[in-house]
Parts: sequence; C-alpha cells; structure tokens
Amino acid sequence: MSDTTTTEHEELPTRRDFIYVATGMLGVIGAASVAWPFIDQMRPDAAVLAAGQPIDVNLEAVEPGQAITVTWRGKPYFVRRLTEDEIAAADALGEGDMKEFAPIDTRLGGEEVKDWVIVSANCTHLGCVPKVVDTKPEGWYCPCHGSVFDMTGRILRGPAATNLPLPPYVFTSATNLVIGTDQA
Amino acid sequence: MSTIEHHGTYQPTTGLGKWMDARLPLPRLMYDSFVAYPVPRNLNYAYTFGGMLSIMLVLQILTGVVLAMHYNGSTAGAFTSVEHIMRDVNNGWLLRYMHANGASFFFAAVFLHIFRGMYYGSYKEPRELLWILGCIIFLLMMATAFMGYVLPWGQMSFWGATVITGFFTAFPVVGEPIQQLLLGGFAVDNPTLNRFFSLHYLLPFMIAGVVVLHVWALHVTGQTNPTGVEIKSKTDSVPFTPFATIKDAFALIVFFLFFAYFVFYMPNFLGHADNYIEANSLVTPAYIVPEWYFLPFYAILRAVTFDIGPLTSKLLGVLAMFGSIAVLFVMPWLDTSKVRSAVYRPWYKVFFWIFVVNAIFLGWLGAKPAEGIYTFLAQISTLYYFGFFLVILPLLGLIETPRRVPNSITEAVLAKSSKKNGGVTQVSGATASPDNKA
Repeated sequence: MSDTTTTEHEELPTRRDFIYVATGMLGVIGAASVAWPFIDQMRPDAAVLAAGQPIDVNLEAVEPGQAITVTWRGKPYFVRRLTEDEIAAADALGEGDMKEFAPIDTRLGGEEVKDWVIVSANCTHLGCVPKVVDTKPEGWYCPCHGSVFDMTGRILRGPAATNLPLPPYVFTSATNLVIGTDQA
Repeated sequence: MSTIEHHGTYQPTTGLGKWMDARLPLPRLMYDSFVAYPVPRNLNYAYTFGGMLSIMLVLQILTGVVLAMHYNGSTAGAFTSVEHIMRDVNNGWLLRYMHANGASFFFAAVFLHIFRGMYYGSYKEPRELLWILGCIIFLLMMATAFMGYVLPWGQMSFWGATVITGFFTAFPVVGEPIQQLLLGGFAVDNPTLNRFFSLHYLLPFMIAGVVVLHVWALHVTGQTNPTGVEIKSKTDSVPFTPFATIKDAFALIVFFLFFAYFVFYMPNFLGHADNYIEANSLVTPAYIVPEWYFLPFYAILRAVTFDIGPLTSKLLGVLAMFGSIAVLFVMPWLDTSKVRSAVYRPWYKVFFWIFVVNAIFLGWLGAKPAEGIYTFLAQISTLYYFGFFLVILPLLGLIETPRRVPNSITEAVLAKSSKKNGGVTQVSGATASPDNKA
C-alpha cells in the first residue's frame, strides 16, 4: 500500500500503463495468429487448386456444327465449332438485336481458329445450363426462364441481362485448346 | 414487485434436496423458473409458441444426431446414404421425415412467435435485448436450415447452394474471394458439403445457447401480455405451473397433431421432387425454388431488377434481402409509440394485419417465376415491407390516438368478464387470484 504514494508522483503514462498496453497488444496479435489457421483452412485446398489448373481439350473429333461440354473448376463450359452459315448468321446481327452488344470478333476463338466459340455453360440469369439449338441466329436456349443467346453466346432476349462469359483460354495448336489460362 | 415476492419460495423437503440446494441449487433454479415463476394471468394461446419452439429444437437435435449416425457427408455417398436411411435403416424414414418436416414446423412456429411479438409490442422497452436475441436465433435458424437442405445432395440442394452462395459474388472486389472461402473451391463440391455438414451439426447447439440467454432475458423482464401492462400486483399473475404449463402442453399437442399429419400422410408436401434426383452440375432443375420459409425473402431479393448508379440490381437485391432481416433488429427503436399492445392501437392493428397478409403474399410471389406482373407485385410488396418498419412505425407513434390502456391486467380481465356476465361484476370471485378460485 505504501507504493501508492510513489506511483502517484510518477509521470503519466506510467511504466505499468506501458506494460498493460504492451501485454494487451501481444495478446491481440497472439489471438489473431491463432485465429488465422482456423479461417485459412476454409480456403480452397491444394487438391482443389490442383484440380482447378487449366485443362487441355482435344478438338480433333469436333466437326463444324458440333458442340461439346467440358468441365473446369466444377463448372460446365461449351466448346462449339460453328459452320460458315452460323458465323454469317451471328455476324449479321446488329447492336439493336441484343441486350448487351459485343463485336463478333471478341466472341470467337481468334484469327486462325475463327470457327470456335468457348463460353460458360451457366446462364447469366440464374445459372441453368442452356440447350444448344441451331435455329439461326439463335444458338442457345435456356429452358428454365427462356433466355435466348446467339451463336456466340450473346444475349438476344429473355430475363438474362448479360452475355455468356468467356473463360480464359488459349489455342496451343489448331486441335488443342487450353481452358483456364490465356498464356500459351 | 411480485416477481421478487414469488422468487425464493422453493423449500427442499428431502435430505438429498437439501444437500443439493446447499451445493448446486439447480432444482431451485428450475422451480423458480418453471414452477413458481409468475406469468400474467391473461396470456392467450399466442403465447404458447415459445415453449413449442424449445421442444422443436430438442426434437430437431435428437433426430439430427441419430440421422448423422447413418449419413455420409461426401459427394460420393451423401445421396445414396439418404436413400439408405429411407430404405434400410430401421425407422430411418420416420426419423428423416420428422427432421425434414420438423424444420418446416419449426419455422411455422417461429413466424407465429415473431408475429405475436410484433402484435403485442414484445420488442419494446425494456425487452429490446430479448427481441434482438430472438432475431439472432432466427438468423441462426435460417443458416442451419439452408445448410441442412444441402446435405441430401439432391438437385435442389446443389442448385440452391449455388444460387445462395452466388449472392456473395454481387459484392465488388471481395465477393469472389468470400464465395471461394465459403465453398472451399470454385463451385459447390465435396469441400462445401463437408463444411456444411460440420456447421449444420454445430449451429443448433449455438441456437440452444442463445435460447438460454433469450429465456434468461425473458425471466428478468417478465412476459408481456395482451394488455401490454406490466404485472403490478399479485392478482395480475398466476404461477407458471400449472397454468402456463398446461396451456403450453395443450397447444403443443394440437401443434403435434398437425405435425404428425404431415409426417405420416404428406411427408414430401413441403419439399421438392427435384431433390430426389442426385446433384448434377451439368443439369439444372427447371425452377430453382428455396424452401417455403425462405420464399418471402427470396421474393424481396428478386424484386430489385433495376440498377441505382454504380450499384447493380444483383447487389441491391442481396442488400434488400439482408436488410429485410436487419430491420427487425432495430424495430424497438423504430416504433415511437408509448403504447405496447396493438389491442389499444387502432391504426397499428390495421397496418400490422396488412403486414402479415403482405408477408404471406411475398411468400407466394417467391414461388412464382420472376417475370412480368409478378416482379411488379413483388416490388410493391417489398415497398410495403420496408415502409412498415421505416415509415409507418416511426410516424404512427406520433399521430395515432391510442385507446385507453387499463391500469392493470386485473382491471382488463375484470372488464372482459363483466361484459361476458352481462355487466354484473363478480367482485369477490374475480379479484382473488385464480389460484384461490375453487
């Protein structure tokens, strides 16, 4: 108790105040570093990340007019090879025909692989998988709520507001497609 | 205060009772809380849902624990293990149907319990924390039910989980990392199912913990009653046992009759046929519809179809849906009226019943396709939902002229019984506590 008088004369902040704050801070850091593994473990694990690596798709068997569905990161993607007529039908569409305009070049594979369309297979409305149709210029029809997309996955009408998204992809040769990265 | 008078009436009679009382007075706590505890003498059947809900929570935990003994929480085995429960496990069908329908009845009871609280002003001072704890329980229940519905790994499980976790992508920048944190991957898959199973097992026990706080807070402030007037004298109250116990038990039996009818005669009425098809990420069901108890909130989500500045309709819809629950938390401070019970608030009563009808209407809209006239109606309905809390509640307290509030519960009860007896007040019999009535 005799200490009381001496501490009162000490200048603020006292040595004791410093120790309180320092201990508290260390406690907070300690608690945070213990909490981190508990949160971190919820993030995609190594196996999921490995399975989420870019995938190779062999295109040898796909003829013009055909479409295949491939899965990347647990979600389906359409890989569709268009015929000359189908490209022409999509090309004929103007800005007024669709809800979100995108030039046709941005929707197709690229210079050498102009006949390929690679788009997400989940409708941008509520995530249903649209059906492949060939009633030019319509290319996909979503059976859930009636959204209609053109041959390149651009939204023509229906409740969906945006085009089918393009995944990152790159052609490593004329018959080999890599989905998941745009770096060759 | 009668509350204090009634407490401490516990007298252990046996030797073991006395020994226990000096060491861990648990029997005393139980006696004071559920036997001698004074409740308002005018409680009606609207006040029986609280007890019912605690029984439902116990039932859900019991059936859930035994179902978990047969369930396989992996994408490879989940769907077949549920079919295994239905076909091979002894009485598995009964336990599963009780658990699935139990969730629905749990929500039915909780909605009625919340409406009761809104009607009789149970959220008002000094019961704000009691109300907020209830809102927290409601939130936990919704999280539990959502994750539980994913476990059978049917089509509706998978796509429901996809749509609901997709909400988070509406938030710019942080949305996608949060979604991946929740899913443990890029899409709903095995890690998602595993963690949902773990959390679905955990959350009911957290609910039980908050229920303890909820009941504790209730026993500090005491219950409200149809008059909204606090207990002032001994004649205003009756002991919990037998009066409330019997009333609760009778209501529970009636409730369980409905429950049993659903379990035994229409166990899949509240479910979706699509959930008996195994989850498939390549095929979506024609309509993705949540369980009925989420439909009003789903309707609010989809009602927002327009962008406001940089905020997309998707983000605004998600904010509106979360806001529809968040607004409940601040209800005690939105209501400016000094009068607690709707019985004495002629206008509040009208707006309250419109709110109830509107909430049911929202539920109906939630099951309809989000297009055409339905979207427009959902927008009107959503406007009323928020208008009720944010405009009507604050203004009504200032402009409404309430009816005369009785001085005490006893006075209100006597006025009622004298009306029934053709104006003849039975002073001697009625002023006495119902305890002493022959």
